[in-house]
Amino acid sequence: MLRKLLLGSLVAPAMLALSGCNMVVLDPSGYIAAQQRDIIVISTILMLLIIVPVILLTIFFAWKYRQSRNAEYRPEWSHSTRLEVVIWSAPLAIIIALGSITWVSTHTLDPYRPLERISAGQAVTPQNKPLTVEVVSMNWKWLFFYPEEGIATVNELAAPVDRPIYFKITSSDLMNSFYIPALAGQIYSMAGMETKLHAVINKPGVYDGFSANYSGAGFSGMNFKFHGLSEADFKAWVDKVKAGGDELSVSTYETLAKPSSNDPVHYYRSVAPDLYHDILNRCVGHAEPCMDKVMAMDHGHKAEGGGGADEMADMPGMAHHDAPEAKGAGSNAAAATGN
Amino acid sequence: MSTESAVQTAGQPAFYVTEEEHAHSSTLLGFWIYIMSDTLIFAALFATFGVLRHRYAGGPTAAEVLDIPGVALNTAMLLISSITCGFAMLEMQKRNKGSTLFWLAVTGLFGAAFVGLELHEFATMIAEGAGPQRSAFLSAFFTLVGTHGTHVTIGIIWLITLMVQVGRKGLVHENARRLMCFSMFWHFLDVIWIGVFSVVYLLGVL
Amino acid sequence: MFSNPDLWKFIFGRLTWQDILPETIVVYTFIVVAIGGVAIVAAITYYRKWGYLWNEWITSIDHKKIGAMYMILGLVMFVRGFSDAAMMRSQQAIAFGANQGYLPPHHYDQIFTAHGVIMIFFAAMPLITGLMNFVVPLQIGARDVAFPFLNNFSFWMTAAGAVIVMISLFVGVFAMTGWLAYPPLSELPYSPDTGVDYYIWGLQVAGIGTLLSGVNMVATIIKMRAPGMSMMKMPVFTWTALCTNILIVAAFPVLTAVLALLALDRYAGTHFFTNTGGGDQMMYVNLIWIWGHPEVYILVLPCFGVYSEVVATFCGKRLFGYASMVYATIVITILSYLVWLHHFFTMGSGASVNSFFGITTMIISIPTGAKIFNWLFTMYKGRIRFELPMMWSVAFMITFVIGGMTGVMLAVPPADFVLHNSLFLIAHFHNVIIGGVLFGIFAAINYWFPKAFGFKLDQFWGKVSFWLWVPGFYLAFMPLYVLGLMGITRRLNHFDDPSLQIWFVIAAFGALLIGGGILAMLVQIGVSIARRDQLRDVTGDPWDGRTLEWSTSSPPPEYNFAFTPIVYDHDAWWDMKDRGYVRPREGFRPIHMPKNTGTGAILAALAVAFAFGMIWYMWWLAAVSFVAMIVVAIGHTFNYNRDFDIPVETVVATEGERTALLARHA
Repeated sequence: MLRKLLLGSLVAPAMLALSGCNMVVLDPSGYIAAQQRDIIVISTILMLLIIVPVILLTIFFAWKYRQSRNAEYRPEWSHSTRLEVVIWSAPLAIIIALGSITWVSTHTLDPYRPLERISAGQAVTPQNKPLTVEVVSMNWKWLFFYPEEGIATVNELAAPVDRPIYFKITSSDLMNSFYIPALAGQIYSMAGMETKLHAVINKPGVYDGFSANYSGAGFSGMNFKFHGLSEADFKAWVDKVKAGGDELSVSTYETLAKPSSNDPVHYYRSVAPDLYHDILNRCVGHAEPCMDKVMAMDHGHKAEGGGGADEMADMPGMAHHDAPEAKGAGSNAAAATGN
Repeated sequence: MSTESAVQTAGQPAFYVTEEEHAHSSTLLGFWIYIMSDTLIFAALFATFGVLRHRYAGGPTAAEVLDIPGVALNTAMLLISSITCGFAMLEMQKRNKGSTLFWLAVTGLFGAAFVGLELHEFATMIAEGAGPQRSAFLSAFFTLVGTHGTHVTIGIIWLITLMVQVGRKGLVHENARRLMCFSMFWHFLDVIWIGVFSVVYLLGVL
Repeated sequence: MFSNPDLWKFIFGRLTWQDILPETIVVYTFIVVAIGGVAIVAAITYYRKWGYLWNEWITSIDHKKIGAMYMILGLVMFVRGFSDAAMMRSQQAIAFGANQGYLPPHHYDQIFTAHGVIMIFFAAMPLITGLMNFVVPLQIGARDVAFPFLNNFSFWMTAAGAVIVMISLFVGVFAMTGWLAYPPLSELPYSPDTGVDYYIWGLQVAGIGTLLSGVNMVATIIKMRAPGMSMMKMPVFTWTALCTNILIVAAFPVLTAVLALLALDRYAGTHFFTNTGGGDQMMYVNLIWIWGHPEVYILVLPCFGVYSEVVATFCGKRLFGYASMVYATIVITILSYLVWLHHFFTMGSGASVNSFFGITTMIISIPTGAKIFNWLFTMYKGRIRFELPMMWSVAFMITFVIGGMTGVMLAVPPADFVLHNSLFLIAHFHNVIIGGVLFGIFAAINYWFPKAFGFKLDQFWGKVSFWLWVPGFYLAFMPLYVLGLMGITRRLNHFDDPSLQIWFVIAAFGALLIGGGILAMLVQIGVSIARRDQLRDVTGDPWDGRTLEWSTSSPPPEYNFAFTPIVYDHDAWWDMKDRGYVRPREGFRPIHMPKNTGTGAILAALAVAFAFGMIWYMWWLAAVSFVAMIVVAIGHTFNYNRDFDIPVETVVATEGERTALLARHA
């Protein structure tokens, strides 16, 4: 409560000053993004505690001790233990505070962590089942699968308000980053790997989504609209897709996979079985063996060869991406979970 | 540098050295630093190999393609060459030009045998369809082992150059310094090879 | 002439007529460059300066001349990098809605890649290396670096890398991948043209130069300090140079390795970072940042050293907290290896891994903060002379803390998830690189220029440049912070939302001011050369300096010091002046110095030929020039006659002239 007051009193004027432009990162519509905004604000305030005095002192000393003023001059004064203690411990104190906030918030806002709340006061109930969306970044458009609804869309995403959304994200070829600033922070999409994001949108509206990681010629046009809809509107939207859409077969997918940019929105009323799985495992049309099968095979070899991949699991920087079938297989660092 | 050689005026410390300093060479230190940085190239390659060592992509596994008896012989070649390189250094210390050259030649021959055996191993693997393009594991294998082999080859070229220079100029100061650097390089390759042998070959087939 | 296509292909690889001058803008650029180049060549020929250039500069192993050549290379490439920036800013200022701007993605993507690569590798790095090359031996009372020939070779390899990247402007294309060339985009299937190959070979060739120069500098600082100069009596700039070169030696091998692996993927079909065959793109991202993060500190540490020298000198006061300054530098050096993952929190690492790297990143701000306070308390009770170097230092202190603050924000993973890859990030790192590195280089140029060339830089044009640069910087980059908070991502060449345009227009105006600042700086150099007699520094100590470089003449003689100084304090020259040091006038001896050699320049030229052959698949050229490099290098080792003695008469004459000069102006 106190934190909120503090935030409110400090942030409100700044927000007003910049209200002329739409600072979506500071004024998001999803609970996750709102908490991420809070972190930005808190860390800024903490650091201003030290930045502002430094800047003011710099200007003050520069004015006070300039040559023409003939202020006190002590050319040999260069050490003070008391001062040294202060200049090391003041930043240290700030960093201890910020470090603790970092540790806690990084864990609570881990994109891989299923939501516990849909807003500050509202816990997720068992009835409020998450909506699963499978996201594929392609050259240069976004393909969204709705496995429960059996539909797919290009460059348009919709989700009901206040219902948790569970994104599974991969890429057909290049590394992109799936980002809807109003909803939640971004996460990379990479070929042959799956990243995850849990989020929720709290206000109906149309929001911008795009790739935040440069991926070549068509990157600038790799945008889509994210529609936050009421439960009824979402149902209507699904029906619209089912009524007006095409069929997404393997061959339509292969046509779609050809590089193109600034693609219009497209709806698919039905989807070839396991298409997302095959994209993720790089075996659409089954000309190549699926990666999960290959990994399982390599894993079999590994069992003979002695456990070596487990050490990889502890290596920092090796991300914990799950390939669905090979989950926990371990021989592929892409599948070996980081923690 | 002793302060006696420095100028001392009344009541003042010496501000400069009047005697010319003995030329102290930084070459060995510099070469050490270079070796450290080269070690880091290998460290990056080892790390890469560590990440990719089970990425067979459905292709042959380490146990299937690695020939331990062959590589044991190979290792013996390199270790012996390190010993003979040590002999060459000892002879150099004694300013014994002829036997220095002899032991250098022996070192070079063992080194060449090592490279030859390695190339043979590579050729066999590629002929079996286990070339560097087959899988990430094999890419990492060929790159790590091949980088070491390239270093040995460069070492042999350097060695031949040094032998010509020792033959022409004798064991003069410059040549002695170069031989010291060479022997550091050669032993360094030995150490790296022990890492390669353990991580790539032994861990691969165990 | 070549009717046989196979022969054509053998000789020219994949080079065709279409690859030469592929864009209209490039044709104009080429015309300007060609006219300029012809004019320079003609002038050199007319004034018969080729011999002078070859004997006095190209083959020189004098660390001062090599340092100056590095600075010239860095400034030329800086202008090129800025032209790229200006094109990006103007494209982003106009490309809204129906207006696609004047740069299609194919061209725009090359420009931002080239901007990043050139600014980091071929502008900032040469400027930093040049500074260290010039200053360090003088500050430690040495006559040259530990390996003078290697120094010349390192410089020419860096220049060769720059030449390779510049060739891509006119022949073929440059990379369209962003400055770190992440796979899979940089892999052959997605970047089949020459761009990434130019990138790889340009950086590999320059990287060899950088690595060897790092080895050289570490050995120099460890082995060649004047008697009495213990580690804790080294000037702070030398300390930061030592740490930076240790970082170079420890970080650049990783870059070499990772670029070699990328090259193998592209040339030999291996599977290190490919989507198929078990390759792992994340490994590339990890490895390149294991080099990339220390690289940031490689650039900024020497500038911290510059500020320490400048602030102490112009406050006429001992540096506050010398020991804590040194320890802070060492802590930053070590920590810079433990933070690389903060560049990709969004790649899906677990929360514990992310928070570990976030917190290590924040910890770096503690020693950095301590440094800022040390400069602040050096100003306290000082007597500050606002000469140009001091102005840049104060501008730095205010600007850098803002960049530091946004940097710590980005280090908090949940905040990074919304700010990563956005224009906020762009604003942040320009804030620290321009505010930290570039301002430092400008301070250093104004500070040491009189030492290098014997006359001060013109103050009026320096101030014009300063007052264009600093507001220009704020106008150019503060809007990007705002745009980042509006969720705008980097590397876009077109926008749909017209309400953003005003911010980009402000940023473009800022870039215009910066352009004016650069122009004023060039005018400043020109005016200073014209007015050199009025600006002459006859004392060798124009700023009432504190360290040893100010004890010798400006410019210093070839041998730097007639007698090697003995050091009692980290402000050695201040201490000498304080205790009534009298310059020696007799007892001179011949001085042993290394001879010039052309091998470095020849090897570097062959490296360019080799790289060109590799890039265009002209295998014969690559093979021939590679073998030639080995032959030249081996040939060089057969030369045992590498040193000479400067005869005592020359030393006596040089020192006598200085005595007379000092007496005239006493």
